[in-house]
Parts: sequence; C-alpha cells; structure tokens
Amino acid sequence: MRNPFAMNSGKYKTSYKEDMKMFGTTSVKIKWAVIVLLVLAVPLFTSSYWVGLLTLCAIASVGAIGLNLLTGYTGQISIGVGAFLGVGGYTSAILTSTLGLSFWIALPLAGIVTAVVGGLFGIPSLRLKGLYLAIATLAAQVIILFVISRWDSLTGGTAGLVLSRPSIGEFSLSSNTAYYYLCVVILLLTVLYATNLFRSRTGRAFLAVHERDIAAQIMGINLFKYKVMAFAISSFFVGIAGALLAHYTMIVSPELYSFHVSIEYLAMILIGGLGSIIGSIFGAVFITLLPVLLSLLVDVLAGIMPDLYQLFSSLKEFVFGAVIILFLIFEPGGLAHIWLNIKKYFRLWPFSY
Amino acid sequence: MTFFIQMLVTGIVVGSIYGLVALGFVLIYRASDALNLANGEFVIIGSYICLILMTAYKVPFIIAVAITLVFSALLGLVVERLVVRPLMNAPVISVIMATIGLSSLLGGAVHMIWGHQTRTFPQVFPPTPLKFGGIIITPVYLWSFIVVIVLLTIFSLFFKFSKMGIAMRAVADDQQAAMSMGISVKYVYATTWAIAAVVAAVGGILLGNINGLSPTMASIGLTVLPVVILGGLDSVLGAIVGGFIIGVLQSLAGGYLDPLIGGGLKEVVPFIIVLLILMIKPYGLFGRRGIERV
Repeated sequence: MRNPFAMNSGKYKTSYKEDMKMFGTTSVKIKWAVIVLLVLAVPLFTSSYWVGLLTLCAIASVGAIGLNLLTGYTGQISIGVGAFLGVGGYTSAILTSTLGLSFWIALPLAGIVTAVVGGLFGIPSLRLKGLYLAIATLAAQVIILFVISRWDSLTGGTAGLVLSRPSIGEFSLSSNTAYYYLCVVILLLTVLYATNLFRSRTGRAFLAVHERDIAAQIMGINLFKYKVMAFAISSFFVGIAGALLAHYTMIVSPELYSFHVSIEYLAMILIGGLGSIIGSIFGAVFITLLPVLLSLLVDVLAGIMPDLYQLFSSLKEFVFGAVIILFLIFEPGGLAHIWLNIKKYFRLWPFSY
Repeated sequence: MTFFIQMLVTGIVVGSIYGLVALGFVLIYRASDALNLANGEFVIIGSYICLILMTAYKVPFIIAVAITLVFSALLGLVVERLVVRPLMNAPVISVIMATIGLSSLLGGAVHMIWGHQTRTFPQVFPPTPLKFGGIIITPVYLWSFIVVIVLLTIFSLFFKFSKMGIAMRAVADDQQAAMSMGISVKYVYATTWAIAAVVAAVGGILLGNINGLSPTMASIGLTVLPVVILGGLDSVLGAIVGGFIIGVLQSLAGGYLDPLIGGGLKEVVPFIIVLLILMIKPYGLFGRRGIERV
C-alpha cells in the first residue's frame, strides 16, 4: 500500500507483459473491485424507478461499446445502429415468443444473427470510406426497418411483438432489480471482452485499420477480413443490447428502432469519447439520463413557465443537439478525456505540471 | 400509357426539387468536404419564414421570398461561423455528427416556435390544373420546374464564369494552393454556406407550396442523400441528373409496385438504389474519383 500522503511520481514498467496487464497494481485491483461492488449494491439504496433507468444505462452501454469497437476503434462510421438493435430485438422476440425457445439460447442467437446481418452490410466498407460508408449504413437502416415493418407474418408489422422477461428455472427475472443484475453482468462481460480484444492481434489490426488502412494493408493486414469482422463483432454486441432492451420493454415495434436511435448511439460514443470503453459507458449513461434530468429541471422551472411541459419533446431535441455540438467544439475527447484530466489533476496535486 | 407518362412527369417535377435540395449538399461538400445533414432543417426554416411573413404579416409573395432568402443567407453565415469553422480540421465523423446535432437543435427550435401542425401556403399559383392530352399538371408543379431549371442554369454559369465561383472551385480542389493564390478560404466557406442555405430555402418555399408545411418535411434532407450519392457528391450536374433519376424511379415505384406490396416502397427505393450504386460506382455518375496515397 502506497503512503497516501506521498506523491505519485509515475509508473515504472520494465517489461512488455507488465505494460499490457489489465490490472496493473494492487490499488487498481482494489479500485475495480470497489466499483463493481458499488454497481452491484445500487438496488439496495434506490427505488425501482432508478434501478430501471440504470438498467437502460447498462443496456445502452453494451450497445455503445459495440458501436465504439466499430466507429471509435476501427474508424468505420455507422449510422445504422438503430436498425441493428432492431434485428437483435426482433430475433429474440421471434425465437422466444413465436418459437418458444428459452431466453438463454435466444440471447446469444440474437447476437449472432445481428452479427451476420451487420457483417453483410459491412461488405461495402472495403470500397467505401467516411461519408460514403456513413450513407451506406444509413441505407441499411432504412432498408432493414422497411423489411421489419413489411414482413407482417414474421414480425407482426407495425403492431410489433410482445415478449416476456426471462427466468432461471423457477425464478423469474421479472422484477427490475433482477433484470438489472442480468444486464450489469452482461455489461461486465462486454467490458472484459472489449478490453481484452485490444490486447490481442485482432484488436491491434483494428487500430491499424483506423490509423491508415492502406498502410495497414501493406503491412499484411487483410483489410476485407478485419473490416467485415469489425462490423460483425460490433453488431454482435449491438444485437445483444437490442435483445436485452426488447425483453426489458417487453415489446418490439419498428418505431423503437428509428434513425433517431442511431443518432443517439453515435452521440453516446462521441460525447463519451471515441475509442474508449469507459467513455462508451459514460456516454451511454449521459445520453440515457439526459431526458430524465431535463424533465426534473422542467418540473422545477414549470412554476415560472407553465408552457414548458408542452414544449418538452422539442426542448429535449434542442438540448440534445446543443450538447452534441458543444462537446464536439469544446471537448472532442469526450467525457473520457475529462475524466482523465480529473484523475491527472489529483495525481499531480498540488503541482499542476 | 397515360398513367406511365403522368408518373414520369410527376417524377420529373419532384426530381427537380430533389435536385435543388441536393445542390445545397453539393455546394457544401465542394467547399468544405462535409455533408450538411441539417439541410432538411434549412429547407423547412426557409419555408416557415416565408409562410409566416405571408400569413401573419400579409407581405406579398415576392417580397416575402426576398426577405426569406436574406434571412436564410444570414442563418447560413451564423451556422458556418459558430459550428462549422471551429471544426474545420476535425475528422469526418465530427463534422457529420455536428451537422446531425445542428439538425436536432434547429428541428427542436422549429417545433418550439411553430408547433407540429401542418399548415398550408396561401394560394400563390393558380389552382386550376393544366391539361396536355391526358396528362394533368398543376401550375405550381410547372412553376417549380421552371424555377429549378433557371436556378440550376444560373449556378452552372456562376461556377464556370464568376470570380467567386472560380474561387470556390479552387478551394474545393486544393485548399492550400487556393490560399497561396490569395483566395480567402474563410470567405469562400462563409459564402458557400450562405448560398447553400438560400438554395435550401428556395426548395422549401416550392415544396411548401406543393404539399403544405409541417416539421416532418425536414426528412427531405435524408431523402435527398441518395440523389447526391447517385450524381456524385461533388458534381452540380450530378445533383440535377440524380434528382431526375431518383424522382422518376420513386414515382414509378410508387405508381406500379406500391399497390402490389401495400405501400411504403416509395421511401425505400432511393436507398436501395444508393446501396447498388455504392457497390458498383462508389463515386456516383459524375463524381470525381478519389485517389488515395499512403
């Protein structure tokens, strides 16, 4: 244990293995254990409403990490997340409700189906970059949603499908708290997987593709393979998030997966920090809670301006746009960068440099 | 046969407006390598201002249009100064996201100010349809078509011969070279955004006269994206041709296929076309092929 009154003069690592360790020092291990325990203990202190909100945050975090693997780390812009969430949600809905499969089989299958669809729409990425790829994924969004809302016999059309919460044996996860634990555990697994991915060969290839794909190809990285793989892996997590969300809200219908949802997810990773796993979580929590905080604010201000309630949906849209623009201009590194700066400040205190 | 020609004519007229809105995208892409996803909001803001001037303040149509265009130009300038310029050297995704954020912000503002209900323009164009053989054209369609053709001609000439147009092309081609030849890139950027906003507003006024006006009309910004891709992101001619192609195909799909599958195909057809085009000819019909070096 380090003397808490002594200054931290830096970390010294003498081998590559040490540098790549996930949990470097005892204090880091303790820190993560405390964080995980706190996250698990949340339902003990809060109301069911807040547990529900945090569940939504956890689900959004899984999706945001998925998107960040693709957009933040590999540099392939995707505006089609909304539709991929839909693919995950619908797959799980069809498998559990129509075919009567167990949730525990449907969940991974939802991820796999979404991964296949995502990989398919990722094929154009070999020829397309930046704006063009963004528009191709937008086309994917529109086409997938069209198929979902038209394929009545399978998807129930615009009416959608009804789902139920999963259960383990006799024990049903129907309460918010039980479902919260499920989502948090899946989030933890996602974080572990994503962190490990970037310590592996595949993850490094993704980063190389992001930096400069042609150079990466010259270095012997199979661009086609890794670009499609990035789409598939990313879509897998988005599909899982979609399935979790579907079983949480207990309904799937086309309007839940609109273009706006894609934008929200993009906003999560941008505001959280591109290419940062902790940032994806920050961003997901921020964007999920933004409307809630806004409505609290409106409740307070309603005494002065009673019209505010009618304007709420427009106000939400306005603030959402403003937040995106402000972050892009003033903190392009996102919340993850702010977090890093705060940590740095305390590490260096009382000397600022 | 009459049905086919009717669909064709409708497609061409709608396509000409697509072309006009697409022109806004092309202008901005040419000058600043960015796609303005808030273009749809520029369209409806122009439309609303013209409408409000005419209904609430009883301004004659022509003067209302003039005021709208001036206001739109100012809006373009403000947006360029506040949102686009700080992100001049930012990566593509930041610029895309900034214009998406802008679209959300402007959309929210429009809802707050003017509400959600659909409004109709006061009668500007005579309502009696003109008949050519069996084909019916309402005057507003005809006028829109004429306005669009005139505007597109002016823009082609502007790019070819005027000093500003040449400066814009130079900036689009190579920013640094343009700068070293004494062109103010900042000035060109600002002008481009002003012009793009004005073009969008013209599109908005025409569309409003055709269909009436509601905040959902902003989705034209997304509908037009396939047009831009089809024609080529950096080609004025491409915007026009792409507009006609998509307009006609959409109209034909709406006329012939929608009854078969129960509607909705109209909105999807452009995106199916765009996926195909991106696979076969990623830079569109008239776009310049990018060459990449490591």
